Amino acid sequence: MDLHLIPDAIPTAAEQAALDRVLGHGIAADDTLSRSLHQGHALRSQRHLLLPALQALQSHIGYISPGGMNAISTRLGVPPAEAHAVASFYALLSLTPAPPVVAHVCDDIACRCAGALSLCDSLERRLGPAGVPAADGRVTWHRSPCLGQCDRAPAVLVQQAGDTPAELVLAPADTPTLLQTLLEGPTPASSWDRAAALRAAPQAADPTQSATLRLLQRVGHVDPTNLDAYRASGGYAALRQAINLGPDGVIREVQDARLMGRGGAAFPTGRKWQDVARATANPHYVICNADESEPGTFKDRLLMEEDPYALVEAVTIAGYATGSARGYIYVRNEYPLATSRLQHAIDQAHLRGFLGANVMGEGFAFDIEIRRGGGAYICGEETALFNSIEGFRGEPRNKPPFPTISGLFRKPTLVNNVETFCNIPLILRAGGTAYAAVGTSNSTGTRLFCLAGHIAKPGVYEAPFGITLRELITLAGGVPGDHQIQAILLGGAAGTFVTADDLDLRLTFEDTRAAGASLGSGVVMLFNETVDMPDILLRIAAFFRDESCGQCVPCRVGTVRQQEALQRLIHNHEPGNRANDLVLLHDVAQVMRDASICGLGQTASGAILSAIDKLDLFQTQTTPEVTA
Amino acid sequence: MEHTDLVLLWGSNARETHPIFFHHVLRAINNGARMIAVDPRRTVSAQWADLWLGLDVGSDVALANTMAREIIHAGLANTAFIENATSDFDAYRAAVEPYTLEVGERITGVPADAIREAAHAYARADRAQMCWTLGITEHHNGVDNVLALINLSLLCGHVGREGSGLNPLRGQNNVQGGGDMGAIPNRLPGGNDLTIDAEREPFERVWGTKIPAERGMHLSEMFQAMEAGTLRTLYVVGENPAQSEADMGHAIHLLEGLDHLVVQDMFLTRTAALADVVLPASASWCEAEGTVTSSERRVQRVRKALDPPGEARDDLQIICDLANRLGYDWGAPTAEQVWDELRSLSTWHAGMSYARLEALGGLHWPCPSEDHPGSVILHDRLWATPRVGAPAPFHVVEHSPPVEALSSEFPLRLTTGRRLDSFNTGVQTGGYSSPLRRTESVDMHPADAQRLAIADGERVLVTSRRGAIEAPVRLDDTLRPGLVFMTFHFQDDIATNILTIDATDPKSGTAEFKAAAVRIDKLPDPRDTQATERHETLHDQLAGVPAGGEGK
Repeated sequence: MDLHLIPDAIPTAAEQAALDRVLGHGIAADDTLSRSLHQGHALRSQRHLLLPALQALQSHIGYISPGGMNAISTRLGVPPAEAHAVASFYALLSLTPAPPVVAHVCDDIACRCAGALSLCDSLERRLGPAGVPAADGRVTWHRSPCLGQCDRAPAVLVQQAGDTPAELVLAPADTPTLLQTLLEGPTPASSWDRAAALRAAPQAADPTQSATLRLLQRVGHVDPTNLDAYRASGGYAALRQAINLGPDGVIREVQDARLMGRGGAAFPTGRKWQDVARATANPHYVICNADESEPGTFKDRLLMEEDPYALVEAVTIAGYATGSARGYIYVRNEYPLATSRLQHAIDQAHLRGFLGANVMGEGFAFDIEIRRGGGAYICGEETALFNSIEGFRGEPRNKPPFPTISGLFRKPTLVNNVETFCNIPLILRAGGTAYAAVGTSNSTGTRLFCLAGHIAKPGVYEAPFGITLRELITLAGGVPGDHQIQAILLGGAAGTFVTADDLDLRLTFEDTRAAGASLGSGVVMLFNETVDMPDILLRIAAFFRDESCGQCVPCRVGTVRQQEALQRLIHNHEPGNRANDLVLLHDVAQVMRDASICGLGQTASGAILSAIDKLDLFQTQTTPEVTA
Repeated sequence: MEHTDLVLLWGSNARETHPIFFHHVLRAINNGARMIAVDPRRTVSAQWADLWLGLDVGSDVALANTMAREIIHAGLANTAFIENATSDFDAYRAAVEPYTLEVGERITGVPADAIREAAHAYARADRAQMCWTLGITEHHNGVDNVLALINLSLLCGHVGREGSGLNPLRGQNNVQGGGDMGAIPNRLPGGNDLTIDAEREPFERVWGTKIPAERGMHLSEMFQAMEAGTLRTLYVVGENPAQSEADMGHAIHLLEGLDHLVVQDMFLTRTAALADVVLPASASWCEAEGTVTSSERRVQRVRKALDPPGEARDDLQIICDLANRLGYDWGAPTAEQVWDELRSLSTWHAGMSYARLEALGGLHWPCPSEDHPGSVILHDRLWATPRVGAPAPFHVVEHSPPVEALSSEFPLRLTTGRRLDSFNTGVQTGGYSSPLRRTESVDMHPADAQRLAIADGERVLVTSRRGAIEAPVRLDDTLRPGLVFMTFHFQDDIATNILTIDATDPKSGTAEFKAAAVRIDKLPDPRDTQATERHETLHDQLAGVPAGGEGK
């Protein structure tokens, strides 16, 4: 291939060694003397290793140099221009030299309510502005979108590049600990922290409630690093049951359970499974979407950190039922603990024959590979996720064709969210009909909720569908102190704001839809009356502008216009302009809803408009001015 | 091409030299087709291939015969096709028998495993395309090379079906058309053989004159005739032999010695500069009416958009005017009138009226009548049972190494070719710039450069038995040690064809541009006056002074 390599850029030995870890040994110098060579499809079919290769340079070298880029291009047959297009897509990849230790400080909405901005201020005083090397070039820091640690806000992700890369999440973070970590380097804890698990799922720590938990049954009680502990607590009974039922039987149970996807779109899971199982093209793939990046969401992280084997078992069952031999778990890069727990679980499952060429000796093959994201919210969109795994920019594709027909590598693909998958073992063990007895008729089973913000006991809560917002908030201890609820964000940044007037809303797919809201990813974030809501909305607008992939115009332009209009509404006091900007916001929202190809643009204005309307944020202020 | 399963690209760097055609190859690849590239150089085309075989220059017959023997012994020959559609298979089988994988590896330098893999892939493909260009034909045994590839396609039945066939890639949009119109020593338009009375006589009737029944000369034979003094006048139309012929110094010497040289061309080429009369011609793609015929035998209309500038005229007008001056009244026919006369004489073209060519966007010959749809696939008759027409014969061909063997005096193999953004001697491309174009260089493997203590970019002296030129070195690890590469795009600056050998294939008349023996020497340090003098003496001996009959 005529790759047009970057002139005069030669990879270092360290860069080659970092790539060897991902790509195996490249073409040795002597091989250029060979009189025959295999390249072509064999070479280009490795394109899916592009992001892992870029990540290898990022984590071992600290950035992707032109020489490193040339090495990747040569070894994968990808022109440097295309490799650059992919590398520059991801926020956590650097194309310019960067200090080895980098802190990503969350300044998103939950952390904002917990002092993230003052943490940023003190970092700025001690280390200088964000993005600038400090401490003799050893350290730098950046502001980050939501790190999925909202129950422990404020959060900081620390990454150290080098021969033995290290990553650590500090949450809650304070300035002295953070500075110490940055200067000494992060050292992740090696053993299971039961107390932390119980804090993350407060119901698990309460003996009166822990017995009712299903999805969270093992959190804080079963060591997530021990396969035998998992088996002793009922693990792998569901896979055994699946094999007894056969693929059709498994799908029938899932359909009987009327399980709806927990990723936000609430699609009937059983139908997806059946469509993939019946698809004529081969091979089939299973993907677990663990790119949990919706601001305010952290339930999938908890499941992966505290019950990783359940996810591995569930994905294996999906592989069996859909006739897939390969599964991917696409984990967001900001979740180092979830990644290492899952990798450990996969390795152990391999060792014990629960994955591999002959799963449980039952004659079917299944393997799971973890892929890490690159710091891109859009890659949680399933077709963007395919492109990301395949080694392209994480830009969504047009649908149809739907993933069940043409997904990963254009083959039939099942994509489910972590929480959705974790319901599968429960369904198989209880039976689909029994599972469906919990919840409401249209929203079966239990649901995980991420309670954060101004709430007494933040964390992940499990409740049957149908619980009211008021009951859920009461379960989590209510609003602390002598404060009132100003607003509640339901479903994440892509969801909607409700108010104290809506506390009797039943949390089901159908009730929230009727109320013009959405359960989304299960976010329930509370803001008391002290919160500067326009500032929260500006952060949400900035989030969508940053995370728009830029592929389609309505979203690329619309998210910018939305942020600008919001800024004018907040800072500009011309009443006439204010009315215009409100009209503009609604117009832009309509265009994005109608014409964006994926959910990002379609939902980018939902939360902002709902807050403006429900809280009457700008009109009440303008009315007296107009009359004056 | 898009509907094939395997592309066997042999002696062609189509990615650079046939870029439009290669887009069709890329579509095939994107559709899942595999590609095998056979080329001494690991070209950018070869880098697209699933398997590259880096054979020694001039060992193509040995490689093809080795593949054939392996296919036969592995039981992969298409016996039904061989029986129905071919002849002389037994002789062929016997002839390739000595070409074991081991022998093949020894002659070609390609590992036996890779030869076996290529053989099996070609034989087992449901549909396979064989494509070649000058890497096959620019040898002293170019015709044998072509026959060796045809043998392979017959052996596997990869001919005459959609997605399966033989594709000699043409270098210009109308090379095929030139041949079809009779610009071949023994042919009249429409493929009619002028030595056969029944094929010649209709032309004599229509043209009202006797046509010599003897085969004419091809280009190399003309130069031999010039050398022998039997050819004293030359009329050159759209060709630049002063720079495109092998052993160029010698070619110029012969052109200069002619009694009379006429050149008809769009440009004042190096050959035109030697001419007694220059006839400025039009650009056939925009200043003249007519047709072109592509590699796939598709005849398409060309329409005039502009009047030729200045004194330039349409080639048709020049030729008719010339005839009138010579005493024959050819009148002033239109292109369509000339075409209709051709249709009356050529069964290939009989059904191709201008109106049909216009309406259908072109037609493939043979197209014998106006209700004939044209022939997209030429050899499908071979698949008819019982067979229609004569069987396709196998030809026994044997390996014959390049005429000029390597020696201690000339230890490097020079092979020549072309690059993406230049065309042949640069007449049509030298006038504009290209962001990718480099100045000409002699490309060599870093190991050779290291051995000779030559740095990247250093100017060196390249010497063959015929002459010497200076050129900068460019290091290129897609070559192998011992192999150097040059183009002839910049003959005014670096006259590569000073070096090439004019050993020609007796049947095609094509010279062995692909295989010369050269040496490369460092230029003397200008501060070393003794060495400079030695160098100048050497240079005087070699450069620009034709070496005479060496290599003939």
